[in-house]
Amino acid sequence: MSENQNKRIRLLLVDDEKGFVDIISKRMSKRNIDVTKAYSGTDALQALRKADFDVVVLDLKMEGMDGIEILKLFKKIVPDLAVIMLTGHGSEEAARDGINFGAFDYLTKPCDLEELVAKIKEAYRQQKRN
Amino acid sequence: MKNIKHDSRGYYRSLTRKMLLTIIIVSFTPLIMVSSIILYQFNSSYHEKVEAHLEELVLKHKQNIDNFLKEKLGDIRFLAEVFCCEELTKESFLQDKLVMLQQEFGPVFVDLGVVNAQGFQVAYAGPFKLGKARYSDAQWFKKAIKSKYFISDVFLGLRGLPHFIVTVRDNWKSEQWILRATIDFVAFNNFVKNIRIGETGFAYILNREGKFQTKPYFNITPKKGPYRDFLKIKEGDLKKVHMIEKKDESGKKNLYVAAFLKNGDWLLVYQQLASDAFSDLNKTVCVAIAILLLGAFGIVLTAFILSKRMVNRISVADQEKEMMNKQIIETGKLASVGKLAAGIAHEINNPVAIMVEEAGWIGDLLEEEEFGESENLNEFERALKQIKTQGHRCKEITHKLLSFARKTDSRAQEIQINDLIKELVELSEQRAKYGKITINTNLQEDLTTIYLAQSEIQQVLLNLINNAVDAMENKGGLLNITTGLEENFVVIKLTDNGPGIPESNLSRIFEPFFTTKPIGKGTGLGLSICYGIIQKMGGEIDVESVIGSGTTFRIRLPIQNALHS
Repeated sequence: MSENQNKRIRLLLVDDEKGFVDIISKRMSKRNIDVTKAYSGTDALQALRKADFDVVVLDLKMEGMDGIEILKLFKKIVPDLAVIMLTGHGSEEAARDGINFGAFDYLTKPCDLEELVAKIKEAYRQQKRN
Repeated sequence: MKNIKHDSRGYYRSLTRKMLLTIIIVSFTPLIMVSSIILYQFNSSYHEKVEAHLEELVLKHKQNIDNFLKEKLGDIRFLAEVFCCEELTKESFLQDKLVMLQQEFGPVFVDLGVVNAQGFQVAYAGPFKLGKARYSDAQWFKKAIKSKYFISDVFLGLRGLPHFIVTVRDNWKSEQWILRATIDFVAFNNFVKNIRIGETGFAYILNREGKFQTKPYFNITPKKGPYRDFLKIKEGDLKKVHMIEKKDESGKKNLYVAAFLKNGDWLLVYQQLASDAFSDLNKTVCVAIAILLLGAFGIVLTAFILSKRMVNRISVADQEKEMMNKQIIETGKLASVGKLAAGIAHEINNPVAIMVEEAGWIGDLLEEEEFGESENLNEFERALKQIKTQGHRCKEITHKLLSFARKTDSRAQEIQINDLIKELVELSEQRAKYGKITINTNLQEDLTTIYLAQSEIQQVLLNLINNAVDAMENKGGLLNITTGLEENFVVIKLTDNGPGIPESNLSRIFEPFFTTKPIGKGTGLGLSICYGIIQKMGGEIDVESVIGSGTTFRIRLPIQNALHS
């Protein structure tokens, strides 16, 4: 328990909305989460190859990219990676597809930060158990 | 628009005309052809039948008369050959013979006379006092003395009565003498008098000069017209029966049938009005024409009604088609508006999310100690809270828009009308607020769900809400939306307290293109499309309105729709 509390969670945040990624990473860092920022799928893949992450938060709707395809690639590189997806309202179907491909869970955008943090911690705990 | 309507009216009129003409031509052509052929055949065979009958009749009578004349001549010949001149010149003997002949043949023989070669009657037996009469100048005598047998034309003679005679010439002591017998005119006349067919048929006999040999008819001038043609007929054709159809002096068509008697000396003429001779045919033709005319009238009437009805159906179908097209366009428009709204909602979501998070970041920072003492800390916290609240409001709005966009799906599905109304009211509330309009809902709980296309019923309700808002926009007002159950129907009522709809417009309100909005503002399609959609769903839509107090639209949707699922 104490280990969990002391150890900072390594999070990879993938979203093409730069302002959103920046502010979230700032707020996350105050909540014991180290955020690595990726503004595109390509950035995310590079980051994933360079370092290890406990949890990935992935926006499914990014310009020029199919979120599901990126998810598949992530899973290929790190099969037991915990991925939380962010979807737009009304495109939950894609998120459900994502779960079939091994994603941990999904949240609808714009989501409450505390909700997201809770979800990340939950994913982290489960991953640790595995 | 007026032009189009005018053109389409012309189009339907010409369509009606074409259909009418086609039906008439198609039915009339065979009818007229078959009737004409049958009538023609019937007419000619009937003519043949009548003519054959008349020919036979005339021929039979010609033979009868010829036989009669031959017989009478034979009787006289018998007298002349069996008895000698000496015996016959005895008047008592002659009287005996006359009585014998009259007993044998009836009163056909009127008298008998023996005339010597000089033309003096040497003996006479009969009712007239003609003893010793002199015939040397008489026409008949001149002809009779020249031939063995002779039958005279009808003449008046010494007795002053019409009669004709038969004579036989013989020799006695190298002197020629003639036995003469007068034939009773009345008896002879009976031969032709009895030939009567129909109402106007009669017969008579003419000699070569055109003089009557039977009782004369004064309306006939034998030297003119068809009689003259008959009298001109020369030998060779004498044995035939001749027939002519000609107009008489009064202009009526007559049928003349003629045959020569007495080796061409006399002409037996049978005459009858054509209309009488063919009266049965004429009657049949009249009946046939009457039936034909009735039939024709029936055909024309049927064609007229049928083409009118068909064109009406076509025009209704065309109108429905046009409305369907417009409806598809409108639905398409709604779908694209939905897509646009979804796009915008997505786009707005991100900046709103960033704003909320930035506010959250400020909140995070405020929690740090150095700000704890700040005078305006409460004010900062209030502002941040407000930013958060408003951010959430934005989120709700975009969610609503997205839900609306998602429901532009036109597939039928299970729908809870109450939920739909709630969503639509939320969507319209902002606009209503600007127009100082309050929207109240009074929705029946546990309302049955219905199976129908959500986008369509949404379009109808949105249209009615928008119309109500439009109507009350200037002065403000109240829109009540209620739902309820009535037998097997879900009933939705939208009641506003706007200015109301004038009665003259009320009956036309669901017609396509009917609008009271200024040019460019309304297409006039909204309510007609609503009407079309509700009809398609098997429901009803009606309207009640009172000027000055408001309008109520009532929609009834059948619950049976649920069965389709």
